[in-house]
Amino acid sequence: MKKRKNLPLIITLAVTYVAVWALQATGIVNDYSFAVIVTIGINIILATSLNLVTGFTGQFSLGHAGFMSIGAYTCALITQKNPTIPGFLLGVAAGATAAALVGVLVGLPTLRLRGDYLAIATLGMAEIIRVVFLNLEITNGAAGLSFLPQFVNWNWLFLFTAGTLVLLRNFLNSSPGRACISVREDEIAAESMGVNTTKYKVTAFSMGAFFAGVAGALYTSYFFFIKPDLFNFNKSIDILVIVVLGGMGSLSGSVIAAVLLQLISTWLAAFPEVRMVLYAAMLVAIMLFRPQGLLGSTEVSAVISRRLSKIGRRAKEEEV
Amino acid sequence: MEVFLQQLVNGVSLGSIYALVALGYTMVYGIIKLINFAHCDIYMIGAYIGYYCMTYFGLSFFPSLLVAMTGCMVLGVLIEKIAYKPLRNAARISLLITAIGMSLFLEYGTMFLVSAKVRTYPAMTGFMAKTFHIGNVLVTMQQIVILATTIALMIALQYIVKYTRAGKAMRAVSLDKDAAQLMGIDVNTTISITFAIGSALAGAAGVLVGVYYNTINPLMGVTPGLKAFVAAVFGGIGLIPGAMVGGYFIGIVEVLVSGYGNSMYRDAVVFAILILILILKPAGLLGKNVGEKV
Amino acid sequence: MPILNVENLTKTFGGLTAVSGVNLTLESGELVGLIGPNGAGKTTVFNLLTGVYHPTRGSVTLDRGHGAVSLVGKKPYNICKEGVARTFQNIRLFRSLTVLDNVRIAMHQNVRYGIAGGLFHMGSYKKEEQALLEKAQSLLSMLGLAEKSDELAANLSYGEQRHLEIARALATDPALLLLDEPAAGMNPAETAQLTSFIAQIRRDFGLTILLIEHDMSLVMTICERIYVLDYGTVIAAGTPGEIKTDKRVIEAYLGEDMGNA
Repeated sequence: MKKRKNLPLIITLAVTYVAVWALQATGIVNDYSFAVIVTIGINIILATSLNLVTGFTGQFSLGHAGFMSIGAYTCALITQKNPTIPGFLLGVAAGATAAALVGVLVGLPTLRLRGDYLAIATLGMAEIIRVVFLNLEITNGAAGLSFLPQFVNWNWLFLFTAGTLVLLRNFLNSSPGRACISVREDEIAAESMGVNTTKYKVTAFSMGAFFAGVAGALYTSYFFFIKPDLFNFNKSIDILVIVVLGGMGSLSGSVIAAVLLQLISTWLAAFPEVRMVLYAAMLVAIMLFRPQGLLGSTEVSAVISRRLSKIGRRAKEEEV
Repeated sequence: MEVFLQQLVNGVSLGSIYALVALGYTMVYGIIKLINFAHCDIYMIGAYIGYYCMTYFGLSFFPSLLVAMTGCMVLGVLIEKIAYKPLRNAARISLLITAIGMSLFLEYGTMFLVSAKVRTYPAMTGFMAKTFHIGNVLVTMQQIVILATTIALMIALQYIVKYTRAGKAMRAVSLDKDAAQLMGIDVNTTISITFAIGSALAGAAGVLVGVYYNTINPLMGVTPGLKAFVAAVFGGIGLIPGAMVGGYFIGIVEVLVSGYGNSMYRDAVVFAILILILILKPAGLLGKNVGEKV
Repeated sequence: MPILNVENLTKTFGGLTAVSGVNLTLESGELVGLIGPNGAGKTTVFNLLTGVYHPTRGSVTLDRGHGAVSLVGKKPYNICKEGVARTFQNIRLFRSLTVLDNVRIAMHQNVRYGIAGGLFHMGSYKKEEQALLEKAQSLLSMLGLAEKSDELAANLSYGEQRHLEIARALATDPALLLLDEPAAGMNPAETAQLTSFIAQIRRDFGLTILLIEHDMSLVMTICERIYVLDYGTVIAAGTPGEIKTDKRVIEAYLGEDMGNA
């Protein structure tokens, strides 16, 4: 039973891995299109981790880019000193841990706030982080850090993206994960049923920050140039857009939306002067026609199995 | 002391602009619980309308101000009708994303139409160019006009909200939409009026900022918008007096931090104050905390 | 031996005194009713006992046979851990989750694997999840909800939602169960079924039950003792027979239908 449940995910991941590897080996995916793939991978990590906080735990955060920047700068400072693979891995680990720690520090006082108030507090937190990086000497201010060592190839990208997906999926299928979801559903009822809601809000928040830190570190180690303005309010909004578009509370929705939006954005790059206008108009249109996002709060696997069982039932009825 | 007074004068001017923009945020939030991200772009468009009135049509300050306010009023109502009204019963986050989309649309639509280049407001002449010295403190006529316009608009707003039918309807809808509807209040019209008033105030702020700082560009609304929103939250979101107090407070703090400390840190200080207020008094300076009924 | 002892419980909201000097004692295994007109402060008492509100004055102590524990100042989840569970008057299920998940979440506090176990599905994860699933399913089948275990809570009928509220409370493994108007909105037949259901779970789970109810037929049938609350104070306490003839109770309910009592 358990084994069969994991099979579709494993197959999807394996097919994706082989397909991109083959396309790259045959030269169909060139450096430019690989950059698009890296962006998609990073956005998947960002969106699914924000979905854990906002979609699953119900805590509205507008500061995800702040955590990403902590991962990015921490990793950059480490790989500058130690431009080796172990240095890169240390950078990812340290960046993610630093982001998670800040997540706990910020989360403890602010997660008592509800809804929009929390959103504003997290927005403020991200702006403060950005201003700090803007003013620190070690981060080189507004000019940022450049000519950083590049490590991320398809293997590393796949490892971290798929790893994030599997870990988040595992977590949501566990007792602590369900406790997080119960906070979204009804905080007072959850608390009365023995769920320490503060603990799980902070857990989800810092776990989200952790993976955002991973994404930041990957960004640094592929695009080798970072500056504070990359991680501004608009970046946080971009991530939120992916989450809402895919469906709050749907990991596969976030993955699909991350791919889709990046493809649209890449395609629109051919029309630089109207790119953002069209992107914005599309965003409004999608929300007007599908306010719950592409998948609502269900997963692709659930949708497919529902379809299959419907087809099965119909086939049976026809037999009769 | 003189330096301090000078900073205070500058802070009040900046604060007036924040307060005008904050009013729009707070009124819309009060009535449909939406952080209207497109609001800061209405302010930007107000600045552009004022700019074209003054340069192409050669209008003076006050007619330009009126045209900009009217234009923004229409724009605000249109945006509400097209993008927000269909989502009135949808999840609030979908509405928020729509507002973000609308904001991007206005920013990049403007950029497409008039290009991204920075425009300069025409230099003020005659009456508007006067300056005064009170001791060693310099006060420009522009600063006086900004403050006077802001105060006049705020008095008008207070009058509308407190004493007119539309204002009473606005307060009723923001307290309880369903009950207001049952009492025979046309909720849709009331929401439109709220957007109209808020947008007109933002339009006025846009022209004032153009006159005061001279340069405008399609992305000029983003940062002041964020800070005006902070001001609204600081004073207590949904509360009109809160937005005024918050606007002036944020404006003055920002100018003082740049004057005495490090101007690079001024945004951080603004947001740090915001977080502190939220933690200590989540409903804002003038707000009341309301618990959930079990 | 009393399992719950409440002394001088008082709660004021601003100038309003919602609950004033309430004393309650529940013997282990008892089924006690808490009745009173609307606005008498019954649900506020529940909120004070479960930590949703903190009392202005007074003490609440729970004694499950191994020493008395004060519940005052404890958070709701800690009170739940001590063995007090509740249902809500205005049903508060996890609406967009399945029936099974509603129950599994309530079993959360007995799960020993932590966040790392959840992330990596390692350690005792598999064993505990399996045990959790079996326990939840057996609870659901005891309560007649086994067929619905994959249904979303929001899609259940009203009566089933009330049952699920009780199932979820039982899943926390309580010694003391607080039921807030379990029969609200039910017709007489459903109420009669619920009455025997409550008696059954008390027997099967060895519970002490305190219940708020407006339906007098239910209260008078199954409660061994009754407290009557009016304007935040206890105006009468006794057996159903005593309460039925109490003058102050009749006065408090004057104009209200005493039902089939």
